[in-house]
Formats: sequence, C-alpha cells, structure tokens
Amino acid sequence: MKQPLVKIQDLYKDYSLPKRYLFQKALVFRALHGINLELQKGENFGIVGESGCGKSTLARIVMALDEPTAGTVFFEGENIFKISAARLKHARHNFQMVFQDPYGSLNPRKNILKIVCEPLETLREKVSTAQRKERVGQILTEVGLNASDMDKFPHEFSGGQRQRIAIARALITRPSLIVADESVSALDVSVQAQVLNLMMDLQEKYNLTYMFISHDLSVVEYITDKVAVIYMGQIVEQGTTKSLFKTPLHPYTRTLLRAVPDVNPLNKKKKNKAIIPLFEKTDASCSFLDRCNRATAACVKNMPKLLENQGHLVACFNAG
Amino acid sequence: MSLLEVQDLSVSLKTAHGLQDVIHHINFSMDAGETLGIVGESGCGKSIFALALMSLLPTDSQTKGKIILEGQDVLGLNSTQICSIRGNRIGMIFQEPMTALNPVQKIGAQIGESIRLHLKFSRKQTLERVTELMDKVGLPISRFPLNLYPHQLSGGQRQRVMIAMAIACNPTILIADEPTTALDVTVQEQILDLIRDLADSSGMALIMISHDLGVIAQTTQRVMVMYTGNIVEMGDTVDVFQNMCHPYTHGLFSAIPHVSASTDSKRKRLTSIPGQVPELHNRPAGCNFADRCPRASHKCRKNEPPATRVSDHHRVWCYHPLHQFESK
Repeated sequence: MKQPLVKIQDLYKDYSLPKRYLFQKALVFRALHGINLELQKGENFGIVGESGCGKSTLARIVMALDEPTAGTVFFEGENIFKISAARLKHARHNFQMVFQDPYGSLNPRKNILKIVCEPLETLREKVSTAQRKERVGQILTEVGLNASDMDKFPHEFSGGQRQRIAIARALITRPSLIVADESVSALDVSVQAQVLNLMMDLQEKYNLTYMFISHDLSVVEYITDKVAVIYMGQIVEQGTTKSLFKTPLHPYTRTLLRAVPDVNPLNKKKKNKAIIPLFEKTDASCSFLDRCNRATAACVKNMPKLLENQGHLVACFNAG
Repeated sequence: MSLLEVQDLSVSLKTAHGLQDVIHHINFSMDAGETLGIVGESGCGKSIFALALMSLLPTDSQTKGKIILEGQDVLGLNSTQICSIRGNRIGMIFQEPMTALNPVQKIGAQIGESIRLHLKFSRKQTLERVTELMDKVGLPISRFPLNLYPHQLSGGQRQRVMIAMAIACNPTILIADEPTTALDVTVQEQILDLIRDLADSSGMALIMISHDLGVIAQTTQRVMVMYTGNIVEMGDTVDVFQNMCHPYTHGLFSAIPHVSASTDSKRKRLTSIPGQVPELHNRPAGCNFADRCPRASHKCRKNEPPATRVSDHHRVWCYHPLHQFESK
C-alpha cells in the first residue's frame, strides 16, 4: 500500500479553561476527540463542520503550530511531533498554510517581496537577493499577478489579489501539502471562482495536495475528492465527496446539507425542523443526541464508533 | 400609494479622490408586506443604499433624489424628525452581530431602548414588551435573562437579539444587511426562517441584502441586482433567477460551484467574472460592467444602457441581454 502523505493518528486536543476560583479542579475543553485520517498524495481532502467543532484546531496541529494532547501526525511517514526542531523546520518546507482572512494575514508594513519571501527566511534557506527576487517574480506571475507587484504593499490589492499573494507565500517553499483554512470564504462568488480555478491549476502544475477546511459545502463539494464531517471534535462521517454528498448517512450531515439555501427560488425543499430532544444527554452519549431526530435509547448510553456503512465511515447507530 | 418610493436616488461620498458617486439614479417602489432582495459583489453600493434608506450616511456625503416613506420625503427632514422614523418605522439588522451590539450594555436595555424612546412606554410596559419580543425571536427569558451581556451569547443568539431590537417598534420596513453572512449554515437557516416568519406575520416589508444567491432565492419575492451603484436587473425573483438577462447576473450565477458540475468524474473549471469591481475613482464611461463583460460592444463603452422591458415586472439595463425579446 502507498504511504499516505499525512496520517493523523488518534488525535486528541484539550484546551484548559480558566478557573473560576483558585482550588477549582482544572476544567478542560476537548477540541478534538480521537481523530484518525489519512490524506493520499494528490487527493484533496475536505473538512466540514460548524464553527467551534475543531476544524481549525485540526489544521493547526497538522501544520505543527500546536501540539496535540495525545496522538500524533505523520507527514510522509515522519512523526512531526517526535523529530528534532531542526528537522521539523526542514519538514515545514513541505507543508504550508493559506489563512482565511486576506486582510489580517498579510503584514501591512511589509512589501510583497518581503511577505512572499518570509517562509524562506524563517526556514533559513540560503538564497541570494537576486535569486530571491527572481523566485518571487516567477511565483507572482504564476498566481496571476505581475512580477512588478513585489514592490507594492498589501493595501494596494483587493481581497482576491491578497489571497493570491497568500497562495504565493505558501508556494514559495515548493510544498506538497497546502492547508487552506476557509481560504475563499471571505471572497465574493465571482472572485472566489477565480481563486478556486487558480488553486486547481497550481495543483496540476506542482502536484499539490490540498486539505480544504470550509463551512461552505458547495466549495468543498467542488474542490475535494474525499471529505470528513466533524461534529464536536469527532468525525461523524467520512467518505468520497461524491458519495457523501449524494447519500449522506449521518443525521448531522443531512442537517448540514439541507440547511444550504437553494439558488432555485421554486425549489422549496424540505427544511430542518426544530428538534425536541427526547433523551437526556450524558457524558457517554452520542455528541449529536440533543439535535438528532433519529435518537434511540442506544444513543444515550454510548457514542457510536466510526464504522463502514455503504462505502463511507459513519458514526451513528441509526444511519441511513 | 406605495409604502416606500425611491426616486432618482444618488449618493456621493467624500473620498481621497474627492466626491465620488457611489449610487446612481436609483428608482424603485415597494408595497407593504413585500420582500425585496438586493444582490451584488462587495463594493456595489448595497450597504450604502441601506444606510441611505436609514439616513445613516456620513455627514459629508451628498444625497440627491427622494426617499418617500409612507408619503413623507425622508431626505427633507431635520435630524430630530429623522430620529423619530429611524428605528421606529424602519428597522435594520446589521451584518455583524458581534460588533453591532454594545458590549457593555445588557441585552434587555439594548432591546428596550427604542421602545422607551419612540413609543414612550413606562418601565413596566417596556419590560413586558421586551419579554414578548424575546419570546418572538426564540430567546425565552426563562433561559436568557435580560441582564445578560452580548458576549455571553453565541453568534446566532446575538443575531436574534439584533432582530428583536429591529422589530421592537413594529416597523413597516425591515432592512436586513447580510444578516447571516457570519453564521453557520444551520444557524443561518434558523435565522432566515425567523426573519421570514416575522415579516409574514406582521405584514412588514423586508429588504434583504446578501451576496448569497441562495439566501435571496429562498427569502424574497422581488430582486434587484446591483453593480457599481446602478441597478442592472430587477424583477420577480423567480423570473430573474430562471430567465436572467444581464451578463452580470449570469456571471454571478455561473461562478457558484454547482453540484452538477462535480458529478462527472472530471472537475470542470468554474466560470468566473474576469477582473474585479472597478474602484470608485476609476469607473469607465458608459456601462460600468463593459470591461468585464463578454458581450460588450462599442456602444456599451459610450453610453449607459437604458432600461429594457423583459416582462411585466422584469427590467434589464443592458444593450446586449442574454435573451432576445421585443424591445419597447
């Protein structure tokens, strides 16, 4: 079997909550709860879920920007939390990130040359100034900007152009994985389409793999090959994008898909009804219990495991 | 008589490049209980238009034309008179519930403010009205006491508080400026349902501003497509969405990553509108969309296209619309 590009193994992440009084037992918020994922090279992977479900925490850990409480991440077979700092720095060439907010993620006081070069400097790559300029110029033309733009500052660009700069910055180290955390959410549909097209072109050219995090289901459906739906830090459904969007099995996935407003005004589809929870939720029960319309007594006692069902993995006792 | 009539409305704002036209000769009218959607990219003047209706534009801006609300020209009023209309006859829901609420004031006081101000209710009456409003927007005070601060609520709950504030005085028009952009799809669904139900039950007219075509499709009867401060297409939502005529409207639609596009094994490229919205000081003569338009001709760059009738309520401002019809 091929070695996966990224292997996420049994990942847990706890954040400690502030104490209300001095001798209070430490409270923790479990942001990720046993995540297992494999990303194959060249296969775009989507992560979907509501805000607060742990999508961005997952992205930060895959990028080694945050340490997991338990479990680990293998990048090309290498455990990125076990290797030395120097080695990790070297490994960082291979995975880069494009952030959500194109206004917040570019330093307004640096020109584009400095912004795009920053990864090279941080990763201590030995490149001469002339080479640097050449590389930046080349990459800027590739993302659809002009090489002469490198002397400009971020405020001179529109939202879509800034996101292109952010992509150029991610590309400069020639990574194999790009984690895109809500990278097109802040853009208008017309510009969003331009940036998505660019990302697809670059993928072909550089043999990239995208880990695409978004709450916009139509974008995820368009760009990814496989997708995982996360609810409260756990994967509740996972499978190929095509089959998951065609036949969602988990009640949460169905809820999400049904909530997307249809662009056809005549298509008044079935709406999600307000759910009156039938069962009291306990620590052991399924995390989706209080919002589920299919809950049974079994769901109260145990959180269902992620099991194979009609070609996807689903964590639900009453899937289908 | 229509509820709201906008006649030849133009707005110019003061910028670094001098006074710039942001909204260009807009004409439309609205009846009580109607729902109107406004779509367009950012920078198309949607929000400025909403602010103009609320008389909330910066003081150094210039507004020309007429905004006639219930027979009264709002633009001719002095600031005291405008205050008695704003928040009373017109309510507005803002985009970001995080920043639009006052972080150091309790939600009960924020909802009650306009009731005490406009309706001159006593403390007791205000409390009753606020309780009733909280129930209406789905925040029963048994679970959401009035002494909560905005930071103690989630995004969706804050937006519900905003809605309660906007409808506190039973306005005749409710303007919702991107009310769900910052929210998750599931919460968005609930909020849109709530706004629609409130408008239906009280007979309020609703102006829904959004860049999300799905939101507009599901909540409005009529739609207005805006580009650089001009209306480029307007008509019944069903009509416009199914029989769109302006290349810009068409461009917006084809840019949405469609479900059908990805069902075949090979991923198709998305059709995007080339370029971007021209900056305020850099708007071309003639049709502003000409530079990005695949159908533009010589004529478009010279003259602004006049309104062409498509059907009874459907108008398009284009020399080369996508569908041919008898011009009139």
